[in-house]
Amino acid sequence: MSRAANHAGPATDRFAGQRIPPTLVGLLWISPWLAGFALFMALPIALSLAYSLTDYPLLESPVWIGLDNYRALFSDPLFARVLLNTGLFTLMYVPASTALSILIAVLLNQRVPGLWAFRTAVYIPSLVPVVASAMIWLWLFNADLGLINLALRVLGLEGPNWLGSPAWALPALVIMSLWNIGQPVVVYLAALQDVPRPLLEAASLDGAGPLRRLWHVTLPMISPAILFNVIVTTINTLQVFAIPYIMTEGGPDNSTLMYSHYLYNNAFVYMKMGYASALAWVQFLVVLALTGVLWFASHGLVHYRAA
Amino acid sequence: MPAQRPANPREQPLPGRNAPLARAVILALLAAVALCYAAPLVWMISTSIKPEEQAISRDLRLLPDPPGSTPAHAASNYSAVWTDPSIDFPLYLRNSLLVALLGVTGMTLSTAVVAYGFARIRWRGRSFLFAIVLATMMIPFPVIMAPLYVIFAQLGWIGSLKPLWLPAWFGGAFHGAFNIFLLRQFYMGIPKELDEAARIDGCSHWGIFWRIILPLSRPALAVVALLYFTYLWNDFLGPLIFLNHRDQFTLALGLQLYQSKAGNTPWNLLMAASTMVVAPVLAIFFLTQRTFISGVAAEGLKE
Repeated sequence: MSRAANHAGPATDRFAGQRIPPTLVGLLWISPWLAGFALFMALPIALSLAYSLTDYPLLESPVWIGLDNYRALFSDPLFARVLLNTGLFTLMYVPASTALSILIAVLLNQRVPGLWAFRTAVYIPSLVPVVASAMIWLWLFNADLGLINLALRVLGLEGPNWLGSPAWALPALVIMSLWNIGQPVVVYLAALQDVPRPLLEAASLDGAGPLRRLWHVTLPMISPAILFNVIVTTINTLQVFAIPYIMTEGGPDNSTLMYSHYLYNNAFVYMKMGYASALAWVQFLVVLALTGVLWFASHGLVHYRAA
Repeated sequence: MPAQRPANPREQPLPGRNAPLARAVILALLAAVALCYAAPLVWMISTSIKPEEQAISRDLRLLPDPPGSTPAHAASNYSAVWTDPSIDFPLYLRNSLLVALLGVTGMTLSTAVVAYGFARIRWRGRSFLFAIVLATMMIPFPVIMAPLYVIFAQLGWIGSLKPLWLPAWFGGAFHGAFNIFLLRQFYMGIPKELDEAARIDGCSHWGIFWRIILPLSRPALAVVALLYFTYLWNDFLGPLIFLNHRDQFTLALGLQLYQSKAGNTPWNLLMAASTMVVAPVLAIFFLTQRTFISGVAAEGLKE
């Protein structure tokens, strides 16, 4: 490491012709981030914590009320409702999207003609801006004239009034969200291509068919990628906002009112910044706790290759 | 190497795998999946080129009837959206392009500089601060959005496009951590000997950064620029919170305004507007596919 030690020396000499301590040089280089972090990350986090202990109608000054906002959460029926909705949505979406994206990645990892077209078709929807996706699916889910119910009618089925029914609105949002799985598919595909071939060949020689190879070799080998994607998807799903906000505005009967949407309403519609900040901190702690649970619960299930 | 061997040995079929029947099953499944994923966009375009009475008919057809009338109907729908007095599409497009241009430039330049400080200079506290950079990726945006609004209001930025692009010039502030990480990784793969040679020739850190690191990092910088462009183009929550006047709306907000305006917007026009919002990202994707996919795959390896 003597080389590394040499390293810092002459480099700093040259700064404006005089010796400047390397820490100062380093801090100078990262100063844009330091300023941005202080102003747009650390300060809002501190403010958010402070606001959460106040009554703060946006246009007046905040008044200290201690933990009252947090206490109020427990008696707020809408808080319970948005927790339930967001939990249900996450419970439906995360397993469904994980299974579907692994399945599609495995299919896309086969050697068949036209692979490029298949990969492109699956990936492209994840590039579609969320507002445009919402418009497209509003049209597809239209009870009377939408493509989905028209197609079901061809099969002799009568589709529900998807977004207009409290029972079907949430599943409809899950279905349309499954359209946007390009990113996990790309990650799974990269992981699948790193599965050592000798391992698969050995399993094959031992008489394992394709399904057993998938279950006993491929899935364990890509389990770190699965864990990563499950955590990322869970974190993102718990914060879901734009799709329900645009498609159903939380309705019908609050059946699709999500946590972030309720937080947004409190902050920017009802102007209750204090209460919204308390909601934000609860959300943050829930996300953090769930990530930790997923991380630790996965030990023993996830197989890390020896480096 | 035998001629029939595929270039990438990882893609070689396993012995006894891909028998004709299995291949047919895989192809059929892939075709079904691709159809499901392509159908919504195909239907969007199809609806956008039909006259209204055909767009809302129950006949499943891709082109208007008669098919020869397609260019005429398409032209009339798209120009109706472009010139609609209730939404100023050209203005929203201009705002979106402005935000994307300023934001992408700031994000790319500032994270390139910051990553240099983390990758190429040894100093005390570097690892600790880098850990904080990574930790900021865990902070959900909703946690900071209300105080951010207050801060932007104090800075006098509310009422302008600044909240959407200016923070990007500060190491990305709330969306840049991954980019700093990506560029740092890339810089660390550039041989140190290049720096040392340049230093002997009298180059300062800035000289090394500007003449050696930046030119060699073009692929990684392209990934940062591309991913952030799509992020900005797609962003809905940011504009929704920070823009409070129609004159500043971006395309994402404009499209939602168009849908929710009083009196129902005809589906064919709404789909034409959606197509116009989708088209630029798809064009960029097709022009830069390799860079794009490598960036998305890298995002999955950040663990």
